[in-house]
Amino acid sequence: MINITINGRETSVPVGTTILQAAQGCGVKIPTLCHYPDQAVKANCRVCVVDVEEQKNLLPSCSTMAAEGMNIRTNTARVMEARKTILELILAHHPQDCLHCIRNGQCELQELTTEYNVRQSCFEQDSRDLPLDISSPAIVRDPNKCILCGRCIEVCSSIQTVNALGLAYRGYDSQVVPSMDKDLFETACVMCGQCIHACPVGAIHEKEQVDDFFQAAADPKKILVTQIAPAVRIAIAEELGMETGELSMDKFVAGLKELGFDYVLHTNFTADLTIMEEGHELLRRIQEGGALPMFTSCCPAWVRFAEVFYPEQLDHLSSCKSPQQMFGSLVKGYWADKMGIDLANIYSVSIMPCTAKKYEAQRPEMNDSGFQDVDLVLTTREIGRLFKMTGIHPADTQGAAFDPWMGEYTGAGVLFGATGGVMEAALRTVYEVVTGRDLEQIELTEVRGMEGLREAEIDLDGTPVKVAVVHGLGNARRIMEDVQNGTSPYHFVEVMACPGGCVGGGGQPITTSNTKREERVEAIYGEDRYMPIRKSHENQEVLSLYLDFLEEPLGHRSHELLHTQYTAKNDQV
Amino acid sequence: MRSLNEQRMMVQKKQDEQDKRIKIVIGLGTCGIAAGGNKIWEAVESELALQGLQADMVSTGCIGMCYAEPIMEVFVPGEPRVIYGNLTPEQAIEVVDLHLGKSEICLDYAIAQDPRGFEPIPYIPDLFQTPFYEKQTKTVLGRCGMIDPDNIEDYIARDGYVALEKVLSTFGPIELIEEIKNSDLRGRGGGGFPTGRKWEAAYQSQSDKKYVVCNADEGDPGAFMDRSVLEGDPHSLLEGMAICGYAIGADEGYIYVRAEYPLAIKRLKKAISDAEAMGILGKNILDSGFDFTIHITAGAGAFVCGEETALLHSIEGKRGMPRVRPPYPAQSGLWGQPTNINNVETYANIASIVRRGAGWFASMGTENSKGSKVFALTGKVKRTGLAEVPIGISLREIVFDIAGGIQDNKQYKAVQIGGPSGGCIPESLLDTPVDYDSLLELGAMMGSGGLVVMDESTCMVDLARYFLTFTQEESCGKCTPCREGTKRMLEILQRICEGDGKPEDIDTLERLARVIKSTSLCGLGQSAPNPVLATLKYFRSEYEAHIYDKRCLAGVCKNLLLFKIDQEKCKGCTLCKNVCPVDAIKGERKKPHYIDEEKCIRCGTCISKCTFDAIYRG
Repeated sequence: MINITINGRETSVPVGTTILQAAQGCGVKIPTLCHYPDQAVKANCRVCVVDVEEQKNLLPSCSTMAAEGMNIRTNTARVMEARKTILELILAHHPQDCLHCIRNGQCELQELTTEYNVRQSCFEQDSRDLPLDISSPAIVRDPNKCILCGRCIEVCSSIQTVNALGLAYRGYDSQVVPSMDKDLFETACVMCGQCIHACPVGAIHEKEQVDDFFQAAADPKKILVTQIAPAVRIAIAEELGMETGELSMDKFVAGLKELGFDYVLHTNFTADLTIMEEGHELLRRIQEGGALPMFTSCCPAWVRFAEVFYPEQLDHLSSCKSPQQMFGSLVKGYWADKMGIDLANIYSVSIMPCTAKKYEAQRPEMNDSGFQDVDLVLTTREIGRLFKMTGIHPADTQGAAFDPWMGEYTGAGVLFGATGGVMEAALRTVYEVVTGRDLEQIELTEVRGMEGLREAEIDLDGTPVKVAVVHGLGNARRIMEDVQNGTSPYHFVEVMACPGGCVGGGGQPITTSNTKREERVEAIYGEDRYMPIRKSHENQEVLSLYLDFLEEPLGHRSHELLHTQYTAKNDQV
Repeated sequence: MRSLNEQRMMVQKKQDEQDKRIKIVIGLGTCGIAAGGNKIWEAVESELALQGLQADMVSTGCIGMCYAEPIMEVFVPGEPRVIYGNLTPEQAIEVVDLHLGKSEICLDYAIAQDPRGFEPIPYIPDLFQTPFYEKQTKTVLGRCGMIDPDNIEDYIARDGYVALEKVLSTFGPIELIEEIKNSDLRGRGGGGFPTGRKWEAAYQSQSDKKYVVCNADEGDPGAFMDRSVLEGDPHSLLEGMAICGYAIGADEGYIYVRAEYPLAIKRLKKAISDAEAMGILGKNILDSGFDFTIHITAGAGAFVCGEETALLHSIEGKRGMPRVRPPYPAQSGLWGQPTNINNVETYANIASIVRRGAGWFASMGTENSKGSKVFALTGKVKRTGLAEVPIGISLREIVFDIAGGIQDNKQYKAVQIGGPSGGCIPESLLDTPVDYDSLLELGAMMGSGGLVVMDESTCMVDLARYFLTFTQEESCGKCTPCREGTKRMLEILQRICEGDGKPEDIDTLERLARVIKSTSLCGLGQSAPNPVLATLKYFRSEYEAHIYDKRCLAGVCKNLLLFKIDQEKCKGCTLCKNVCPVDAIKGERKKPHYIDEEKCIRCGTCISKCTFDAIYRG
């Protein structure tokens, strides 16, 4: 332990503690901008500087290790002058349009400016006047707002290993740009949206489509049908000022109906359906000799990652569409028939924790219903905004039930929202389908947790099946390298592009840190625990779907509506 | 272990043979070439052929007297060598014809002689007694301008690789590091960190792979010390690096040279391959079991790559941006391995220290700054060039004795020391001894050794603006204070120079300078405000004159000049009126003219045209 003094408070910290961590530990707040708890230290912004006795210069607290006997002051006159000046310098090179910025009220720069009482800048206001990059169907970049903290680059390169963003030009002209200064959509960007969470200001955000919703709702001919992804209910509460997972499903449904949705259904339904299809696909690959390991394909950012970086390994991806897209092709068909609705009038909206889903809905393959299967994808944040704009607080509603035929779901479907969830759900079903016996231990803890790579092996009546779960594309890359070299030992691998899985998706509330991701994962497991049915193959509406329409997993109609193919996109790199 | 003694004797014999022949040496460093050295070479070569004269022609690096380039030296066996300077090709031919053809010294062009061991020639100054040379101590530059840098034998003949041999046969790494520590050698790149301690840290880091890196990214405006060593004595750097490799346990070295030094790169490449061919570099050096190879990396022109962590990133192929230290390169440097980085001049000192002993080195200099230091003298002095002086000499001696004082009988104003990271020093402080600590106290720094001398015609606000333009352009963009702050400082300085300065500007400049200095990530940012702080400290009144009186006392800032016509002197010849590009000059023929201040763009054309000295800046 090391003994130090911060602002006169004596404290002891373990060796290897930064001054910032030490200060946080004893309740002294030090402002930060480039620092992000889940990332490597960059020490770029310099607002976290502190005064250390006998040091000529101020030291960045984020990167300076506490040393024995250090006497640190975080609020001397020169510290305050430095921080305030740095904030003024940033502001002078940052648009002054806070009132209509998407991050108004959720901006770290705005918060610091307020805290440090920055009233006016004595520097000439300078704007970069760069065009917005709206090339991507999911993500918008506003390079004018960028404060060059480097957090987006860090997450894109170190955690996701996509390297779609980098630093270009020098000095005052420095810019964060998509690789080779191309439009974002022309790069390897997988649209996971993790850069949005990393951004302290409004320089990167989702392609906001709130107005599209209002437009559709205003059209009397349109019948608005929505699906809610499993990770959304957990997190929407945070948008509404409640605790994670605090909003109950029936109230959420009622809120959505008040908002103007004619029918509210659940993506969990197609999550269960995915398990039926994907589980059988796995068994068929094992029994009949298909490409192994088989990878899950419900995450569109991961699918694009594979298409861009591993175009020769695409036969390893399950041919199953994601739950969103299975839902899309069924709602404008099977469900419309069941309800007696003209499918041409259906406006299908999905509510997703994800930015890449916006892109997925627009993929040219995704129109098996004869129309674009999913018309609009709104993120958790956008739904939150819709509630705020319309003055609806779902918690105050009476609650309502899901609409029939595609609204029932099991605990297994709920698990899709967390890393390892697809695997756990699949194993619950595959085990029982193959062995004919009930699982003794329904919660498969080996595939749970936040480790980047988790492995398990289950015995399917003499056939050992090795499975792995990864989250964060950097971890997926590790496995794909083995697949490329023919040395991967697994049969089945679940990949979620975002750390924590969909609960940590790019469309989730600001802030989504690793701590927050873990809280949400816990909430997912909590929901599963209280579900009356927890296995996908016991979902009654899914069984009806097979009985009335699809006939059998991997059957002819499934093939047409629920499966897809992938195309190499390595020209993006 | 194999010794080089045999080779050394052979080389000596060969050179003794050569010394019996007439030799013509032409300075072909970049400075010599720029001044026309190549043309001299061609002219001399053809004249020798034409006249049927026998002489060996040899090129050499910079001898330091840049003011006298192109320089040609004539060695006639048995006579002192004679140095001819400021030659044109025609004059060089004249020298050949007289000195070689008729055995007469060409007194008109001879600037010095080297009488060591001979009867001096009358009427020609002794090189070592000339004011330029007298106060110098040549250690690092000892061989520059004396040997053919492309000839390894020349190096070997002058104690070359003796130190490496000595180290490999008699020193252990710890002893060697101890010797360097005892010499008190401090890094010559600017910061002045003790070299021995740096080596010790790299030695103590445990790793199978370590690197030695040489920072030859000399980027300060007006600095060319390293270039001279690279071009004039490349083997001294290689020897220093190999000794360092032995000390810290590295088997590979990189020299990071700026791409703007093509000649240096060419000579280094030749030197490396010659040394490898003789078994002095590469595997199993001199059969000692020690391996050391050296690579060259050309920089891409970013000033910040002179910062050690940015330099390492650049060698690795990444964007040249500094990173937070610790870890220091000694712990985690090139490709994450322990690395020792020093600059050219530091390594070039090593062999002499090993050869002549730490005590010899430590006998030069002041209490905390030992040895000698090379300075590049530029600006408004009479003798520009390179001078190596014992540390502790006063600035006055450098500027007025060695460099000969100010040109054109003008007044000295200041000397900028340490380049864009340094500061200026006024007349009143010229007696300050030049050492690391005294200069820091004055708000300047030793830096790598650039000295730019300014006279009364320099505007100090404009000077600060010039250096800020440089650092602002060279900021890498990583940390906020340097990226945004230098831009704002420059903006304010520009405003002041243009006559739009506001009363609060000085306060804002000082605030920005304080913040940038104390919070920037690397040395570039931390020292970027120095030129502003130093000029504010010593020449504050000039800032005030710009801001309050809208006057530039040095007459540099165009917007603050008023051009006036002396009504007494003007004859009304209309010359000025005719050349004025904006028709700002009015007046009738044969009557005094006057200038319309509103229209005048202060281009100065009228002044240069007036034959009666009637137009002046006021």
